[in-house]
Amino acid sequence: MDDLMTVVDWSRWQFALTAIYHWLFVPLTLGLSLIVAVMESLYLKTKSEKWLAATKFWMTLFGINFAIGVATGIILEFEFGTNWSNYSWFVGDIFGAPLAIEGLVAFFMEATFVAVMFFGWGKVSPRFHLASTWLTWLGASISALWILVANAWMQYPVGMEFDPAQMRNVMDNFWALFSGIAVNKYMHAVFSGWALSGVFVIGVSCWLLMKKRNEAFAVRSIKVGGWIGLIGLLLTMWTGDGSAVEVTKHQPMKLAAMEGLYHGSTSQSIVAAGIVNPNKTWDNDEDEYIFDIALPYGLSILAKHDPSAFVPGIADIVNGIDVNENGDTINTVSYAERIRLGKLSHEALRAYDLARTNHDEAAMAKAAADLKEYYPYFGYGYFDSVDEAIPPVGVTFYSFRVMVILGSYFLLFFIVALFAVYRKDWLQRHKWLQWIAIVSVPFMWMCSEAGWVVAEVGRQPWTVQDLLPTKAAISEISSASVITTFWLFAVIFTVILVAEVSIMLRQINKNSQKNLEIDNAH
Amino acid sequence: MTLEYLQNYWWLLISVLGGILVFLLFVQGGQSMLLGAPTKERRDLIVNCMGRKWELTFTTLVTFGGAFFASFPLFYSTSFGGAYWLWILILFSFIVQAVSYEYRNKAGNVYGTKTYDTFLFINGCVGCILLGVAVSMFFFGAQFTVSRGNLLDPGSPVISQWASTHGFEAIFNWKNLILGVAVLFLARMQGALYMMNNITDDPDFFNTLKNKALVNGGIFVVFFLWFLAMLCTATGYTVTTNPDYSLNVVETPFKYFHNFIHLWWAGLTLLIGVVAVLFGLLKSCFSNHWTKGIWFTGIGTFLAVISLFWVAGYNDTAFYPSLLDPASSLSIRNASSSEFTLKAMSYVSIVIPFVLAYIAYVWKSMDKKKLTQEELETTSHKY
Repeated sequence: MDDLMTVVDWSRWQFALTAIYHWLFVPLTLGLSLIVAVMESLYLKTKSEKWLAATKFWMTLFGINFAIGVATGIILEFEFGTNWSNYSWFVGDIFGAPLAIEGLVAFFMEATFVAVMFFGWGKVSPRFHLASTWLTWLGASISALWILVANAWMQYPVGMEFDPAQMRNVMDNFWALFSGIAVNKYMHAVFSGWALSGVFVIGVSCWLLMKKRNEAFAVRSIKVGGWIGLIGLLLTMWTGDGSAVEVTKHQPMKLAAMEGLYHGSTSQSIVAAGIVNPNKTWDNDEDEYIFDIALPYGLSILAKHDPSAFVPGIADIVNGIDVNENGDTINTVSYAERIRLGKLSHEALRAYDLARTNHDEAAMAKAAADLKEYYPYFGYGYFDSVDEAIPPVGVTFYSFRVMVILGSYFLLFFIVALFAVYRKDWLQRHKWLQWIAIVSVPFMWMCSEAGWVVAEVGRQPWTVQDLLPTKAAISEISSASVITTFWLFAVIFTVILVAEVSIMLRQINKNSQKNLEIDNAH
Repeated sequence: MTLEYLQNYWWLLISVLGGILVFLLFVQGGQSMLLGAPTKERRDLIVNCMGRKWELTFTTLVTFGGAFFASFPLFYSTSFGGAYWLWILILFSFIVQAVSYEYRNKAGNVYGTKTYDTFLFINGCVGCILLGVAVSMFFFGAQFTVSRGNLLDPGSPVISQWASTHGFEAIFNWKNLILGVAVLFLARMQGALYMMNNITDDPDFFNTLKNKALVNGGIFVVFFLWFLAMLCTATGYTVTTNPDYSLNVVETPFKYFHNFIHLWWAGLTLLIGVVAVLFGLLKSCFSNHWTKGIWFTGIGTFLAVISLFWVAGYNDTAFYPSLLDPASSLSIRNASSSEFTLKAMSYVSIVIPFVLAYIAYVWKSMDKKKLTQEELETTSHKY
């Protein structure tokens, strides 16, 4: 391939584009399905038509969003094959399983019961309809479980061994897929969907209050959305803390990039806000930040739950320096050494292949033993310099701050919203609060997307941590093909997004003009 | 459970998913009739009839891909990365389908109902033809090579290499197009039969559908027989796998015909399938009020498709023949996942009967009350 890096870069852009668009819709599906299910349960419990009206109002918006989430989701799955075919072979034995289970267990549940949810009114019993709504929510949540387990495995590959005869990894422990990273990642993503949907419901409801339409309906919706959102956000923060600890253990370079930290220390402070120095590299003496506001002990607490703990920076990791729990400086494997060992693993694999062709059992055994020793650094063998193994610091640093700062803002947002909605007419009287709620809605999406940017840009250059860099994971296609499909996807996604937003706004406007206040409760 | 047993089992599951997918393409078949419908009311009827099942077809396609990935990753890697444009075009046709149902009749949809109906029409035609082309390559091969050693080539570390046309050569191969066209007309025939079963209050439309089923069914039969004739006279590869995963390949004239004879149960399944399709079609078209044709043609389609998958993969056959280097061909032995993964996945496959059972239950519950124009005017969720 004469344009390897162009294909790699455009394949990454295409996958990032698809993932970013997909994640615009998925969190709303995850959270809004729960909110709708809770409202329908309240309808069945109280027999009050007002809850039925609320269920149908939010269900319509759920349906508009659901379709586009499904459309972008299928592309992600198939892009593993179309654009990352080498990856599909190298780890397909492990990675394919969660995807197949997702389809079999979750997608069918979602697809089957969502049809009942939309079209089953009057065709099935109310209880069956309610069960279908809950099963749609469950299907969406299980679907997220399997895809996030698969994603987490790429960040922390366990439960497999390398088979030199087939030149691929094979699974040897299915349950290892449910690592700490996977559990935290799953909960973090799903609960953030609850929070996002809570903000969406509150924002839309505040617009109704501002327009003085169906105010009691809006207040009811804010209560349900607010509580689900608040619970979701608190759990997101809790699992985010767990994720930070796991990243520190298994992806210390990502943590250092998130912090823009080059030289770590004990009792390491965290940068609450700042500007990273774009000229800073791991091997020069420039300052790390142009400007920063640091909170003492913050990073040590975040990373290791210990205010005096040592947190390594990028240069420390590259040079192989760390400090253990006793405060003693210890040597880890430097990146230069990792590259050397990685190349040795490639040589061992070549030797194994040659010995196998020559039916030389002794040489095969020796090569296999060497390969086993060096295999943890296999991916580094594709690099020629240490710089290739360092993620983009600026994007990771700023995305992390966007996520954390906005996440903290939304904690305050939910507290204020719930406080206001439980005080008689308080929210109705304070228009500025309504405005803030409406304007805040797009920021929640920004917060959510920023989280994924941290996770995915921060793990570069790896497709599979330490084993397969992105440049060895691609398909053998021309750069012209990938550039063309990137723009085709960009255009079609944008066309669809414009329609979705337009329809959402029109539906909110149109449906809110109906009477949603019918109350026949006994 | 030996590795060989598991490989056979997973090829069986792949064939079952393939059979269900082709049956469910009746949704696409219905969509392909959309632009020919004379009035908006009738287009609404078609869309709302098909729209209550589109997620099932979509999900089956995704699961089919996922199951292939999990059980035969070398196929996933080779075909998707190689026949890039074929799969990308299939994807495009399905992206536009997913949103079109939900958006076409909604206020503020920006581009107008006709645009979304055109998207559905494109998905109905292009989706069926290209899926047929993709399946046809299981028999008539593709232009690729596989070399695992490439993994260590830093300049081009990709193990599967494909012809520079990256899938266009497959799309414009007339042999592949024969099956593609057959799949399109099969889907259209089944779409008409499904609507005959599901829409009750429009006798005029019923008769139109009957005619459509007959015409499309007739064209399907011609193209399918053409495909079968090509298949039975085609040269295939008989393969055995060495312990080092390399293949011994022998070109075998009339390979698939021999497979139908040797695997007599596959031949019998095909025969039953074809008879069921013809029975369902002819009885639907020559009875006055019979609406159960879709079930006979559906079961027949399912049986015919699984039998085709069986002769593609079983009896030491290369299920993805390489036209550039026969030794690079894929068989269910050299392309499969490991024994551990196949076994783990086999435990998961126990849920399949439960999944099928709840789908059948929901289908029955939802279709108990047939679709009418009146329902479309009163429903809270109309496509």
